[in-house]
Amino acid sequence: MKKAVMPFAIVVLLALVPYVAVEFAGLGFVFGVIVPYLAIAVFLIGFTYRIIDWAKSPVPFRIPTTCGQEKSLDWIRPNRLESPSNFFEAVARVFSEVLFFRSLFRNTKAEMHDGPKLAYGSSKWLWIAGLAFHWSMLVVVLRHYRFFIEKVPGFVTLLEDFDGILDVTLPALYLTDVLLLGAVTFLVLRRFRDVKVRLISIPADYFPLFLLLGIAVVGVLMRYIVKVDVMSVKDLMINLVHFNLTLPEGIGALFYVHLFLVCVFAMYFPFSKLMHMGGVFMSPTRNLVNNSRRKRHVNPWNPDIRIRTYAEYEDEFREKMNKANLPVEKK
Amino acid sequence: MPKFAPKQSELKKELEEKPSLLKGNYPDEELFDTPVEFRDGNWCYPAKPEIVEEIGFPNPRKWAPTDDDWKLPEGWEKTIKDGMKDRLERFRPFKLFLDTCVRCGACADKCHFFLGTGDPKNMPVARAELIRSVYRNDFPLAEKILTGFAGARKLTPEVIKEWHMYFHQCTECRRCSVFCPFGIDTAEITMMGRELLNLIGVNNNWILGPVANCNRTGNHLGIEPHTFVQNVESLAEDIEDLTGVAVNPTFNRKGAEVLFITPSGDVFADPGVYTMMGYLLLFEHIGLDYTISTYASEGGNFGFFTSNEMAKKLNAKMYHEAERLGVKWILGGECGHMWRVVHQYMDTMNGPADFLEVPVSPITGTKFSNAASTKMVHIAEFTADLIRHEKLKLDPKRNDHLTTTFHDSCNVARGMGMFEEPRYILNNVCNTFHEMPENTIREQTFCCGSGSGINTEEYMDIRLRGGFPRANAVRHVQETHDVNSLVCICAIDRATLTPLMNYWNPGVSVYGLHELVGNALVMEGENKRTEDLREDPMAGFEDEEENED
Repeated sequence: MKKAVMPFAIVVLLALVPYVAVEFAGLGFVFGVIVPYLAIAVFLIGFTYRIIDWAKSPVPFRIPTTCGQEKSLDWIRPNRLESPSNFFEAVARVFSEVLFFRSLFRNTKAEMHDGPKLAYGSSKWLWIAGLAFHWSMLVVVLRHYRFFIEKVPGFVTLLEDFDGILDVTLPALYLTDVLLLGAVTFLVLRRFRDVKVRLISIPADYFPLFLLLGIAVVGVLMRYIVKVDVMSVKDLMINLVHFNLTLPEGIGALFYVHLFLVCVFAMYFPFSKLMHMGGVFMSPTRNLVNNSRRKRHVNPWNPDIRIRTYAEYEDEFREKMNKANLPVEKK
Repeated sequence: MPKFAPKQSELKKELEEKPSLLKGNYPDEELFDTPVEFRDGNWCYPAKPEIVEEIGFPNPRKWAPTDDDWKLPEGWEKTIKDGMKDRLERFRPFKLFLDTCVRCGACADKCHFFLGTGDPKNMPVARAELIRSVYRNDFPLAEKILTGFAGARKLTPEVIKEWHMYFHQCTECRRCSVFCPFGIDTAEITMMGRELLNLIGVNNNWILGPVANCNRTGNHLGIEPHTFVQNVESLAEDIEDLTGVAVNPTFNRKGAEVLFITPSGDVFADPGVYTMMGYLLLFEHIGLDYTISTYASEGGNFGFFTSNEMAKKLNAKMYHEAERLGVKWILGGECGHMWRVVHQYMDTMNGPADFLEVPVSPITGTKFSNAASTKMVHIAEFTADLIRHEKLKLDPKRNDHLTTTFHDSCNVARGMGMFEEPRYILNNVCNTFHEMPENTIREQTFCCGSGSGINTEEYMDIRLRGGFPRANAVRHVQETHDVNSLVCICAIDRATLTPLMNYWNPGVSVYGLHELVGNALVMEGENKRTEDLREDPMAGFEDEEENED
């Protein structure tokens, strides 16, 4: 628990800063205009830098983790997804990870029983929560597109219709709001409750979870309870998109809390484990084709190594080789 | 009972009763709170100074992990940090795997060492944190403001001790990487960890000794050419005594079609030698034009457990010898890490082997296009193809005295993807194959607990714990199907599963796949067979004779 205190305190503090600054110091322009631009810049430059930085290090060997039969003899059926034998199969493998978290789906839970006897049970909770969290987040982000463009595009309305299908509150309750909050809460609780995960967790694991929780809670508050002037918010966002640096009047301070936490999230992103978003595409154990014997992989820094040659070997053992009637190069 | 083995009753009690992460009742401690403790059975002897000198590795000296002062060289911190920086630039996997972990914990209970020791630092994520925590310390300013936020720590001798302990409690088996949503492979981390340790002379005699031997004599065991030949020939004599069939292996013969390379353990170690007898019988049966080299007399590659450069140096002999002898292609015996290197590294390190031809089976005409570039074929692929084309006369009843199960070697499973060929062969040479539970085979197979150069006697305590999940799965089929034979395709497995079975599952013996092939092969002009290659009586053969009368 104590590893979660600092990140929690930081998030609370971060939430208070814009509230106080806008409500009492009139710094709306700073938090409504300057900080968002800064955040976007840091995110884009940072993210790009990290990807380039990874890409600069070569992949010296072709090392897919083969989780299925390789393509070998004609009559043996290869596993095209788990042991890809061409580029397209490898792409399919990466996308099965990105879209469906395939490896996480395999998750098991080991238990030690008397005997001693080990048993492995299916354990899909992390997979379900992870999937619910990431997909909800995607939908939520896409839904927000309506704030950045005059005419709301059809796909956003469609998403909203599906998302609000329950239609139990006014405005309609979004499923993804519930899923996102529920999944993030589960992921936090899991870090407290599962003793293995508690041990490996560091404050940097709790921070983004609390940050997201903060963003989502404030967002939900604004939508369902403490209403802010949505039209002004949209004006601000459209202004920002068009590099029009004017701040519309009358946006509630709560909005600035939401926006600032999002900005912090964006700025924190490139420097943290959140980069797994880019990394998952680049993982050499998943995105490489299992054809190392069929097609040579080139290592750009393949070192020149002086080996012990056969000639040196024969020089040392010639006498013994002769006695054993082994053929030799030099008599 | 081996000298360094824990008392079985005590270990059982510990596994069942000691509070642990696995049971969820572990005391509320932090990961790095507990210092490492070296005691009998949990450390490998350090490399002898003369061996370190022979292979040109740094910091030769006399020392032991139990010493307070490990006599690290002057400026070792800089050596490690520079070494790390250099490797981050050369190995994308290393960098990416340090950066992308989200500590979701999916890998935590997948490691055989974690399951067998309960030690938190054996969770793969924690093992990587041992290096990650030092790597993060590259941002000292952020760390000063938010102490502990990113879990960074200083590089101290204590950290090196931890690295030494836990990068030898990882057998680079890749099981964790199967479950990781980002494909993070702890083997990559461990390889880098061990490379870094070797830079400051923190090493393992059981690895560096074989490396030096292999470099000089051609094989890990340090067998000189004449002795190597003598041993194979004595196996040929045993075959002749047993079957009446003369097999005549040749050595260093130029112009042979195929160069056969297998781990030297098959030539010298019990029960590997019976697998070797199986190969010799098979080659005789089909009349293969092959030769064995005394110079490239090692399939395994302990260099792989020290550094990339050393792995390349030792591996280079295969192509070097194949070129000198003018063979068409190379056939490789049963081995785990040998095939990891051959499949995923050899062509990159020492290819292209343009002087060889795309392998074609001279018996069936099958072209092994999956080995079109590396030109090296796995014996299981080769034999499966022979059986498929009905080129072998097999009598699976000759293995009826064995009830078998199959152990997928980690490297062949997760570093190559060969699952079906050995099963196809096994089903054709015996009638009694039973799979272990599904979470313990194929891509989820458990390591023998002694791979990656830790199969030394003084490490027995850790080995028996690390092998516990494998043994436990064997026990399951032993109880449910009366399995008494554990079949594998790896020389280290053959050597290490034997004591593991003796300890956890007495009554189960370890066999190489081609030993069973050798048992089942009906050779032309053979004597009446009543015993298998181990001279154990075969079931039902005396009776059959009587019935026929």
